[in-house]
Amino acid sequence: MKKSSKSILKDNIMIIVLVVVYLFFMAGTKGSIFMPMNFNALITQNAYVYILACGMLMCMLTGGNIDLSCGSVVCLLGSIGAYFMVTKEMNVGVSIGLMLVIGAVYGVVLGFLIAYMNVPPWIATLAGYLAFRGLGTQVLSANSSTGSISVKPIETFLKIFSGKLFSTKLNVLNVPCLTVGIIAAVLVVLLNYTSRASRLKKGYEADSATMVLVKSVVEAAAILLVMYKLSMAGGIPTVLVWVVLVVLLYSFITEKTTIGRHFYVVGGNREAARLSGVDTRRIMFLAYLNMAVLTVVTTWAVLARFQAANSTAGTNYEMDAISACVVGGVSAYGGEGKIMGMVVGATLIGVINLGMSLMNIDANYQKVVKGVVLLGAVAFDIISKRRAK
Amino acid sequence: MAKILLEMKNITKTFPGVKALDNVNFQVEEGEIHALVGENGAGKSTLMNVLSGIYPYGTYEGDIIYEGETCRFNTIRDSEAKGIVIIHQELALVPEMSIGENMYLGNERGKKAFIDWGTTYAEADRYLKMVGLSESSKTLVREIGTGKQQLVEIAKALAKNARLLILDEPTSSLNEEDSRALLDLMLGFKKRGMTMIIISHKLNEVSYVADKITVVRDGSTIETIDNHDHNIDEDRIIRGMVGREITNRFPKRENVKIGEINMEVDHWTVHHPLYPERKVVDDVSLYVRKGEVVGIYGLMGAGRTELAMSIFGQSYGTLTGGTLKLDGKEVRLKKSPRDAIRHKIAYVTEDRKGNGLVLSQSIKINTSLANLDSLASGTVIDKDKEYQVAEEYREKLSIKTPSVEQLVGNLSGGNQQKVLLAKWMYAEPDILILDEPTRGIDVGAKYEIYCIINDLAAAGKSVIMISSELPEVLGMSDRIYIMNASKIIGEMKASEASQESIMAEILKSGRGA
Repeated sequence: MKKSSKSILKDNIMIIVLVVVYLFFMAGTKGSIFMPMNFNALITQNAYVYILACGMLMCMLTGGNIDLSCGSVVCLLGSIGAYFMVTKEMNVGVSIGLMLVIGAVYGVVLGFLIAYMNVPPWIATLAGYLAFRGLGTQVLSANSSTGSISVKPIETFLKIFSGKLFSTKLNVLNVPCLTVGIIAAVLVVLLNYTSRASRLKKGYEADSATMVLVKSVVEAAAILLVMYKLSMAGGIPTVLVWVVLVVLLYSFITEKTTIGRHFYVVGGNREAARLSGVDTRRIMFLAYLNMAVLTVVTTWAVLARFQAANSTAGTNYEMDAISACVVGGVSAYGGEGKIMGMVVGATLIGVINLGMSLMNIDANYQKVVKGVVLLGAVAFDIISKRRAK
Repeated sequence: MAKILLEMKNITKTFPGVKALDNVNFQVEEGEIHALVGENGAGKSTLMNVLSGIYPYGTYEGDIIYEGETCRFNTIRDSEAKGIVIIHQELALVPEMSIGENMYLGNERGKKAFIDWGTTYAEADRYLKMVGLSESSKTLVREIGTGKQQLVEIAKALAKNARLLILDEPTSSLNEEDSRALLDLMLGFKKRGMTMIIISHKLNEVSYVADKITVVRDGSTIETIDNHDHNIDEDRIIRGMVGREITNRFPKRENVKIGEINMEVDHWTVHHPLYPERKVVDDVSLYVRKGEVVGIYGLMGAGRTELAMSIFGQSYGTLTGGTLKLDGKEVRLKKSPRDAIRHKIAYVTEDRKGNGLVLSQSIKINTSLANLDSLASGTVIDKDKEYQVAEEYREKLSIKTPSVEQLVGNLSGGNQQKVLLAKWMYAEPDILILDEPTRGIDVGAKYEIYCIINDLAAAGKSVIMISSELPEVLGMSDRIYIMNASKIIGEMKASEASQESIMAEILKSGRGA
C-alpha cells in the first residue's frame, strides 16, 4: 500500500507549520531568531516543557487525564532543594536524591488516590496545584528574608543541569560540539536506511526510497543546523542532553514496550484492556508516579536555570505541557499521541514565544496568540480527522 | 392498488472510493410494513440516511418522491416536518432525564424559551399509553429496561406526528418476549394506517411482520418479495441476500472427538456489584469437555453474561460461593482477568465495541493484546513477530482488510468480530467462552464464525457458546444448558432438544424472563 502524497502531507503538517512559522519570524525579527544565541535560548527556555510534557503525554494517553499539580510541585521541590543545598549546606548528590524521593512519594500517593481510590485525576491534582505553591512559598519565607533562595554558590549543581558541554567563547566554532552533531546526523541517517532495508528484506511495507531520502536529508539538516548554531553559541547546554535522553527514553517506551502499549490501549478502551488482562489500575498508578518523577527532573533543570528558588517558579508549567501535547497531536480523549509529535508541538510553541518576544510584542497579546494557536491546532486536528472519515 | 406513499428513484450515493448505493429504486405503499433486508454494508442504512436527510440533498443523485411531490431534505428536521421519522438502532435517550423530557428533546412544548411542562408530561403520557407503557412520563429513562426504552423511542417518534416510521433493527437488543410485543405493536399501528419501514437481520421477525420485503445487496435493490400471507420461507430471503443458495446455515462438524471434562463449575453464586443483596447467578453448576461445544441458552437478563464474566477471573460481580475445577483440579483464580488468561480461559465478550476491541487501534495491536507478553523479550515488543502473528490470523480467519495496520474502527461488524476472535485465539486458551458470538453480523459472516467455532472444538478446545438465538444454539452445540432468572433450569443433549422443548423448560421454570 503506497502512501498518497496527501497523507504524507497530513502526517507532517505540524513540521511544515513549524517551518512556515519559523520563516515568518525570520522576517519579523529581521533574522535575529536565527542567531546562535537564540538557538541556545530556544532550548534552555523550553527544556522544562519537553521533560514535563513527556510525563503529561503518558497521563493523557490513559484517557485524556492531566496533572494540574506539576507546576506547583516544581515550586515546592525547588524550595526544598534549595533549602537542603543552601540553608542546610547538604551535599548536592544527597540533596537531589532527597528531592527525587520526595517527588516519588508524592507520585505514589497521587497514583494511589487516582488509580485505586478512583479520585478523578483533575481533582486530585487540583488539590496539589493549590497546596504545593503555598507550601513552597512557606518554606522560602521561613528560610529567607527575600522570599527566595539563591543557589548560585552551588556550582556542581549548576554545572550538571545548566552548564555547557565543551564550553567555549561565543562566536568561536566549537569543534567537539559540531562533531557530536555530525555523529548524531550520521546515526539518524544510518538508522533510517537500515530500518527500511530490514523492512524490505522481510517483505513489509516500507517508505519509498525518495521518502527516506527526503526524511534523512531533513532530519540531518535540522540536527546539523542546531548543532552548528550551538557550537557558535558556546557549546551544548547540558540541559539539552537531559532533554534528549528523556525524549529518547519515552519514545522507546511508548513505541517498543509492552508497558507503553498498555498505556495506549487503556486510553483507547479501558474495559477492553482490562478484559484482555491489562492491569488498568497499575497503568493509571504508573502514569502519575512517572509524572511526579519527571516533575523532579524538571525541577532540577529549572532551579539550575534560574539559579534560585522562588515562589513563582513553575507557574503555568502544567498548561505549557498540556499545550505542547495537544498542539503535537496528542488526543485529548486518550489513546493517541506520539512523543515526537509532542516535541514538534513544544518547539512550535517555543518558537512562537521566542519570536514574539524578539519582536517586542506585548506580553498580553502573546497570551492571546498562544490561546489561538492551541485552539487552532485542536480544531485542525478534529477537522482533518473528520475529513479522513 | 394502494397509493404509493414514498418512491425513491435511481438513488446513487458515492463515498470517496466506494459506491454505497447504485441506482436504487424503492417504493413503499401507504399503510404497509415494508422490510429492508441485506447483509451488513449492503446499503440499507445509507438508503435510510438519504431518505431522512442525514445525507442532504445534493450529496446523492436521484429523486425522493413523497406523497406525490419531489422532496429535497437538507436536515433531519426537514424530513421530520413531513412526518418521516427514523428510529436508530442505537438508542438515543439520555438516561438521566425523564421519559417525557427525552420524548420532547429538541421538540419542546411551550412558547419560545419557556417549556410548558404540564403539556409536555400530559402529551407524553398519552403517547406512552399508545405504545402500551404504563410508566409515568416522569420516570427516569435509566430506571426502565432496554425493551421499554425502545418503546419510548417509538412514543417519541409518534410525538413528532410520524406518518412514515423507519425502524432500524428495533429488536437487536431485545429479548424474545419484548421483541414479539414490539412487532405486535407495529401490526397494531398498521391497522390504524401508519406506514413503516423496518430494517432487520432477524428473518423470522421480518416474515412475521412485513407485507413486502425488499432485498438490498451490494448497494442495489435486488428484488421485492411479496409477503402478504406472512409465511415466507427464510431460505427464500437468504438466497436473495447472499446471492447464492445457503443449503445449511450451520456447518456440520466432522469426526467429533469429545474427551475428558476440562472445566467444571460447581454451585457458582454471584452477587450484583452495586446491589449486594441481588443474586445475579444462583447456584449454577456446569461442565464442559474437551472438544465439546456447550450452548448456554437464555434470554437477555438471565444471568448468562454475568456467569461467564464471573468465571473469567471474577471480572463481574462478587463471588459468594462455588468452586472451579480445571482439568480435575480445583483452582482459585485471583480477582483478575489476567489470572484467568494465565489459566487458559478466554472470554469473548458480547459487546465487541464496548469492551472487546480498541477501535482506535490497528488490527495488529488488537490481535496481540491479550497475549502481548509472548511477543516480548523482557518488556520490548518484537514488532516483526507481532506483524507476522496478525497476518497469520488475518489469513486464518479471512478478515477482509487491505492491511493489518488498518484501524479496527473502520471494519464492518463481521470483520470486527473476527478480530475479536483472533485476539482470543492467539491467547491460546483451552476454554473459550463465546458470548453472543454472532450478534449483529450478517448471514455470510455468521457462517464463517460457526466454521471457526467448529475448528476450535476439533482442535480439542472446550467451547461454551452463550446465545439467545435458539436455532444457533441448536445448530451448533453438542449439549445445551438452559438458563433463566439467574439459574440453570435444564440440560439437554442437542440431539434430543428442539425449540419447543427448550421454550417449554423456560415456561415450566415459572418466570418467562
